[in-house]
Amino acid sequence: MSLKKHILDLRKRKEKVQMGGGEAAIEKQVAMGKLTARDRILALLDRDSFTEYDLFAAHEGRDFGMEKKELHGDGVIIGTGTIYGAPICIFAQDFTVAGGSLGLMHARKITKIMDHAIKMRVPLIGINDSGGARIQEGVNSLAGYGEIFYRNTLASGVIPQISVILGPCAGGAVYSPALTDFVFVVENISKMFITGPNVIKTVLGEEISMEDLGGARVHAEITGNAHFFAQSEQECFDQIKKLMSFIPANNSVKAKSFPPKEPKFKGHVEDIIPADPKKPYDVRDVIRAIVDDSDFFEIQELFAANIVIGFGRMNGQTVGFVANQPLVLAGVLDCDSSDKAARFIRFCNAFSIPIVTLEDMPGYLPGVDQEHAGVIRHGAKVLYAYSEATVPKITVILRKAYGGGYIAMNSRHLGADFMFAWPTAEIAVMGPEGAANIIFKKEIDEAEDPDAMRQVKVQEYIDKFANPYVAAAKGYIDSVIEPAETRSMLLHAIEVSANKNDQRPFKKHGIPPF
Amino acid sequence: MEEKKLELVDFVVTARKYKTTLTKKFINRTVYVAPNPDEIKSYIPGTVISIKVKVGQKVKAGETIMIQEAMKMMNQIKMPRDGAIKEILVAEGQRIRKSDLMIVIE
Repeated sequence: MSLKKHILDLRKRKEKVQMGGGEAAIEKQVAMGKLTARDRILALLDRDSFTEYDLFAAHEGRDFGMEKKELHGDGVIIGTGTIYGAPICIFAQDFTVAGGSLGLMHARKITKIMDHAIKMRVPLIGINDSGGARIQEGVNSLAGYGEIFYRNTLASGVIPQISVILGPCAGGAVYSPALTDFVFVVENISKMFITGPNVIKTVLGEEISMEDLGGARVHAEITGNAHFFAQSEQECFDQIKKLMSFIPANNSVKAKSFPPKEPKFKGHVEDIIPADPKKPYDVRDVIRAIVDDSDFFEIQELFAANIVIGFGRMNGQTVGFVANQPLVLAGVLDCDSSDKAARFIRFCNAFSIPIVTLEDMPGYLPGVDQEHAGVIRHGAKVLYAYSEATVPKITVILRKAYGGGYIAMNSRHLGADFMFAWPTAEIAVMGPEGAANIIFKKEIDEAEDPDAMRQVKVQEYIDKFANPYVAAAKGYIDSVIEPAETRSMLLHAIEVSANKNDQRPFKKHGIPPF
Repeated sequence: MEEKKLELVDFVVTARKYKTTLTKKFINRTVYVAPNPDEIKSYIPGTVISIKVKVGQKVKAGETIMIQEAMKMMNQIKMPRDGAIKEILVAEGQRIRKSDLMIVIE
């Protein structure tokens, strides 16, 4: 054979394997509204940047007739490439090959690229589209999952890990995405659950469709397992690329900085907020009014919308925003919003992203369901995450900051570096009505007209405490600022915090209230 | 938010009434109902295998009043206190869900 012949042979082999499960299977995949694993990678990465490894991996099945089957690439594609020029590692399960089922070699390929990502300190993106464990390979496929989870955990906080659910992801398979930082789902395509509708029906007699049990919307809205929800795979890839532009490659470098841009917002920030403290507004309008280019990239928009989290840039540098949302449930903290905020704060801290907190909240959500769901341990996560964070932490109190919520939302007492308050801020143990009912109970009860007396006492409390000056007098607030100054104060605070070095006592790790 | 008009509702947190919107999850939350000691409800979904008592029968605490199969286990449902059977709302062979009311005692 001439050399040419060898080269032609290689090309032929490659071509064959790159067809995945073959034309019929690809047609089926496309008919489901899905791209193939290879097309997904190509759509997501920079043009011509993808390089594949382990193309010729052969599966390990030796029983049940599997030994006679050829599974191209063993149902998963791994490789490296770039997004906006920044290197990443990626794997994509190929549903056209044995339903993307996970056998020993399939898992080895994934753990190989994970190890690579960890060593090279680059983000890892995993595209999940798999029927689950390859049952014919028995415990080997379980071993595979375990080895993936182990690496997800090792990589956590070292490199950003992104999971993209573009098909079924059921049973044990769900735990790899659950261990990663950001989970992307697409309507009608993503399905995630531990036990499927059939098992649930047999055991519990409950009937539910796959979509209602673990579809994209369920995870984006109800469970909080997903962080980004898209209508199509292309929209999902655009979201991933945008996220990548905000986050760093690993925990020892900073996110890429961009040329600073003034906000597009041209009005007065104070006009966004109603004068009546009981009336709502959309806190995202405030964020857009103060970030570069008015570009705020929201995370978990549909889940626990009473708190808003996401990225924006200040003077070109990535900042994480945490903001109470008065528009939804009056902006209370509850189990879900606490989980949502705490996890995001920990991501920002792990990846050196300063945190800006915008506060306007009346307290915790009252209710038996909340208490029984463990709002104590969930709420504690927020305290833990803020206290633990050593990145620059800046708070702006816009209006209400009552009780435990005041403490939780990155107060001075939890280590905030800068505490700003608008003159509309009300920092108190509780709202004026509740406080007056307790402090002046006797006067109100004994008055000839208790309601009139209550009004008088509520006003008395408002005049005395419903302002930022009592807290400012103690140094709990550093500056009472005009709303129009918010952006410039934040820019300054971030600028002067650039070399922040907050060394904590050594420990193996803390024990957060998981 | 989207163009659609937002439906603001009153929402009370520590005596202060706020105008805000509610989430689907909040609206669909389980509303707490204090348990009634006279109502025997299934604590697990399954099938009624046999009913050992009749309406009006006096039963001592701890006596088995019915057997319910669930997750392949035969569960003896016992009388929680001395009393009488007031009402039986399930039949042998019937499939029941979690928290279905099975028997009322007095």
